[in-house]
Amino acid sequence: MITLNAKIPEGPLEEKWTRYKASSKLVNPANKKKLDIIVIGTGLSGAGAASSLGELGYNVKVFCYQDSPRRAHSVAAQGGINAAKNYKNDGDNVYRLFYDMIKGGDFRAREANVYRIAEVSNQVIDHYTALGVPFAREYGGTLDTRSFGGVQVSRTFYAKGQTGQQCLLGAYSSLNRQIKAGTVKMFPRRDMLELVVIDGKARGIITRNLITGEIERHSAHAVVLATGGYGTVYYLSTLAVNSNASAAWKAYKKGAAFANPSFVQIHPTSIPQLNEFQSKLTLMSESLRNDGRIWVPKKKGDTRPANDIPEEERDYYLERRYPAFGNLVPRDVASRAAKERCDAGYGVGKTGLAVNLDFRDAIKKQGKKSIENKYGNLFDMYKAITGMNPYDEPMQIYPAGHYTMGGLWVDYELMTTIPGLFAIGESNFSDHGANRLGASSLMQAAGDGYFILPVTISSFLSGEIRIPRIPTDGPEFDEAEKSVRERLEKLLSIRGKQSAASFHKRLGKIMWDFCGMTRNEEGLKKAKEMVRALRSEFWSDLTVTGEGNDLNQQLEKAGRVADFLELAELMITDALNRKESCGAHFREESQTPDGEARRIDSEYSYVAAWEYNGENEPILNKEPLKFEFVELKERSYK
Amino acid sequence: MNKILFSAVSKKFVMALAGLFLLVFLPVHLGINLMLIKSDPEPFNTAAHFMATFPLVKVVEIVLFLAILVHIIYGIILQIQNWRSRPVRYAVRNKSETSAFSRFVIWTGGAVLIFLVIHFFNFYFIKLGIVEGDPENFYSVAYQLFAIRGYVILYWVCFLILGFHLYHSLQSAFQTLGWSNEFWKPVIRVISLIYAILIPAGFAAIPLIIQFFK
Amino acid sequence: MKLRLKIWRQKNAKTKGAFASYDLDGVSSDMSFLEMLDLLNSRLVSEGKEPVAFDHDCREGICGSCGMYINGYPHGPVPGLTTCHLSMRYFRDGETITIEPWRARPFPVIKDLIVDRSAMDKIQVAGGFISVTAGAAPEANNNLVRKHSSDLAFDSAICIGCGACVAACKNASAMLFVSARVSQYALLPQGRPEAKERVRAMVEEMDRQGFGNCSNTGACEAQCPKQIKLFNIARLNREYYRSY
Repeated sequence: MITLNAKIPEGPLEEKWTRYKASSKLVNPANKKKLDIIVIGTGLSGAGAASSLGELGYNVKVFCYQDSPRRAHSVAAQGGINAAKNYKNDGDNVYRLFYDMIKGGDFRAREANVYRIAEVSNQVIDHYTALGVPFAREYGGTLDTRSFGGVQVSRTFYAKGQTGQQCLLGAYSSLNRQIKAGTVKMFPRRDMLELVVIDGKARGIITRNLITGEIERHSAHAVVLATGGYGTVYYLSTLAVNSNASAAWKAYKKGAAFANPSFVQIHPTSIPQLNEFQSKLTLMSESLRNDGRIWVPKKKGDTRPANDIPEEERDYYLERRYPAFGNLVPRDVASRAAKERCDAGYGVGKTGLAVNLDFRDAIKKQGKKSIENKYGNLFDMYKAITGMNPYDEPMQIYPAGHYTMGGLWVDYELMTTIPGLFAIGESNFSDHGANRLGASSLMQAAGDGYFILPVTISSFLSGEIRIPRIPTDGPEFDEAEKSVRERLEKLLSIRGKQSAASFHKRLGKIMWDFCGMTRNEEGLKKAKEMVRALRSEFWSDLTVTGEGNDLNQQLEKAGRVADFLELAELMITDALNRKESCGAHFREESQTPDGEARRIDSEYSYVAAWEYNGENEPILNKEPLKFEFVELKERSYK
Repeated sequence: MNKILFSAVSKKFVMALAGLFLLVFLPVHLGINLMLIKSDPEPFNTAAHFMATFPLVKVVEIVLFLAILVHIIYGIILQIQNWRSRPVRYAVRNKSETSAFSRFVIWTGGAVLIFLVIHFFNFYFIKLGIVEGDPENFYSVAYQLFAIRGYVILYWVCFLILGFHLYHSLQSAFQTLGWSNEFWKPVIRVISLIYAILIPAGFAAIPLIIQFFK
Repeated sequence: MKLRLKIWRQKNAKTKGAFASYDLDGVSSDMSFLEMLDLLNSRLVSEGKEPVAFDHDCREGICGSCGMYINGYPHGPVPGLTTCHLSMRYFRDGETITIEPWRARPFPVIKDLIVDRSAMDKIQVAGGFISVTAGAAPEANNNLVRKHSSDLAFDSAICIGCGACVAACKNASAMLFVSARVSQYALLPQGRPEAKERVRAMVEEMDRQGFGNCSNTGACEAQCPKQIKLFNIARLNREYYRSY
């Protein structure tokens, strides 16, 4: 059993990070040149970390599966990035941002970490602005902000509906500067297929060159995972189609604890599934709920076109259930409410799995022009995809898997339970508790990459300065490469009948039905059996065309699905273990009489960090969550 | 130095400058040609003589020839590079919505070049003594040529093509020299259109007037 | 819907490719173009044949991975859409669709419809950045930026680096791509200090990679899925001259 030491610095909340920085060990510049660091992933956290570490003088190698670092899925974030700048003079400050995150996460995050991310949020905005990220501005030339995600202050910086893209391209540009300077070496089109651990420390990785199929060895003094979340476990999600959990999963199997894997955010407003071949659910920004009203018909199975349904026959269920917040309730609440209506048979659209998001009243009140100014590009995108015009008829939306709060367990230094292996951004579990608030994922990813990891990693590396460059011909590398080759061989040699994509689709359905927006014991137990059965079917009836020594997208996919089939079971195990409802994790057994989530602090105020245990059930390690600075409260939006 | 003279942007810059210089020359040439309309050959011949002998004009002439040469050579270099930049062609021709004037500018340029060669044989080489003729009486040379129906038709076709060439290149020159933005783009287009109609129309009108009004 | 697909198949960079024809039925009009190809691939896999390789990732029009030359148009016949957003509604039952990879000297084919676009990254590495070290940035509101300039910078910064401009250009020129980045930084005060070095370095790298020259034809603008404007190229030219 591993020991979880979160290494939280002593002292008052607002002084912890300062104290840490003042006392942490440093690496002198001459030694930095001799230290190698591997970064996997080039999103906001990975590109940010790689460029910062390069600027500091380390030798950095960066890997991504895309053809260019600019395509990491941070690119798709729409709404914005939070910071406690208080530019609107509305009383915002670091503490308030911290508190909103702790409360929004339903008190399942670590206080010290959350406070720190709130603290560095302002630096992130300064840095991105200096990098030339064109955030929206006021006429006076200062930066504009908007309110977002149901908080009471306006702290979200944005670049139209493309904030993630703009921030990512900023991070990409700083990465490029370091590539030019020679401190960072970029390896695109690589899948990380194994982590190499030598004497208990993360010392390298095995990658597959996705063009040539070559298996490559890379060594370093430390390895940083910035590989994002695992939302594609649902097959249909708002994530990139090739986004995967393999790197994090390999780390787990080598001894890194996986924390709260069942905490998955389901985003309420995405374009619903239109056909059985659909590969992707496109997000429609949360901001649409500021003006759109969500409703379903009052009559079950009403097939009339939306516009033919009179006002009194419409059920504005969010306004009905949550009169105080109405359509602006947090994501988890809105998603569950939509599912509840559709499950009860009131859903709309071809499949009955959609609800209306109606702009009729907003257009009537504010004029078409005003709505066009605010949401024109989103409306156009919706029309391009569905062929329906949201100016004339309601949009149809449905929840979709979006963001994973769970991830690799990390301590205050963002190090996993394997010394020398770090996890940053969405790939770790740390800052969002059981539910993430809008516009705080970009903040966390960038903060981790640019301002936290570069400081904390030196604590570890200061002890490694005497270790010469790690050779890649040791027995650990041999062993790791051998296991990678064997697995690829295995995948290619099954020669069954079903494609990896078809298994993925079936897995997604199981997870969506039983480990999605709502969960219950019976369903989870059933799902566990189903996932196991599917996994054994996978390993006996998979077909992969082509060969290993070539560009082979089927083989890539098969490896990723194989890992999802294992991760899915861990998610279910975690969901089964946590018999309370908190944030996005809704256990039907734990609800208030009026159907709201009921948290059980006395039993579940901990981080569930799962430890790999071979073929046996994983071992549960608990990191108790101590709330020294905030009082635990019930979340209510009524 | 190579970088400055032969970068993708510089080549276009040189091309545009040379082209613009030629564009300035065209109205001057047209001004002189319009004297052909007069029944009296004297003013035209005097002007032609002046252009052939005045020292300052000589200097300008050298610049003009350099401009033509540079425009042609750079045009050819650019075109060869452009062809080479796509060694494997598409099976389906590109259908992107673009102006034909710009797509075919190299061909209209080539056609203009052919006319220029003919033109040189008819006039300029006489002056240089390469081709036989009376350099002091271009007026009658012009009248003799305009009397040939086939020549006049060729002449008209060439100026139509020149118009196409000018319409694209004037706009293009502004763009290449960096003098274009959202506001000026439509204005430049209108200016180019006017120029590309007026100048060739002026040249083309001369044989017409001579035919019908003399 | 039933379609006849003519798709470029090429095993790798070293072998010669050729078109292959496939008849595909069961296509639904609310599929995306890539989902239609997924369907084809699932049929090919079930027949034990090798599926068509193509780049794709976010499938929501922002990552820039996808891109194919469809019936004579990069990203297909509908302006302002990437291939992943192109709906099959825009095609007729029984239609023949010819699908080719991007063609340009700096974009060699890797396999089938996948090309190597690393030349575009190299241009960005040459100068597509503002040199500021993490921690050195001034307070964000210390630099006031005119809203108009900031908006224009945004309009050029939305380039997704898909390469459609190069694919559309009859000269395979990357000027629109380069000009978008140069413009973004040229318009912002933060980008001015190294504007000269940037534009020279990026143009030089663009030439080194073997892209063609701009002939101001505007196919790039017409096919850009993000509708980046041609006058960015004028600004690039301006910036280039000013750098000397």
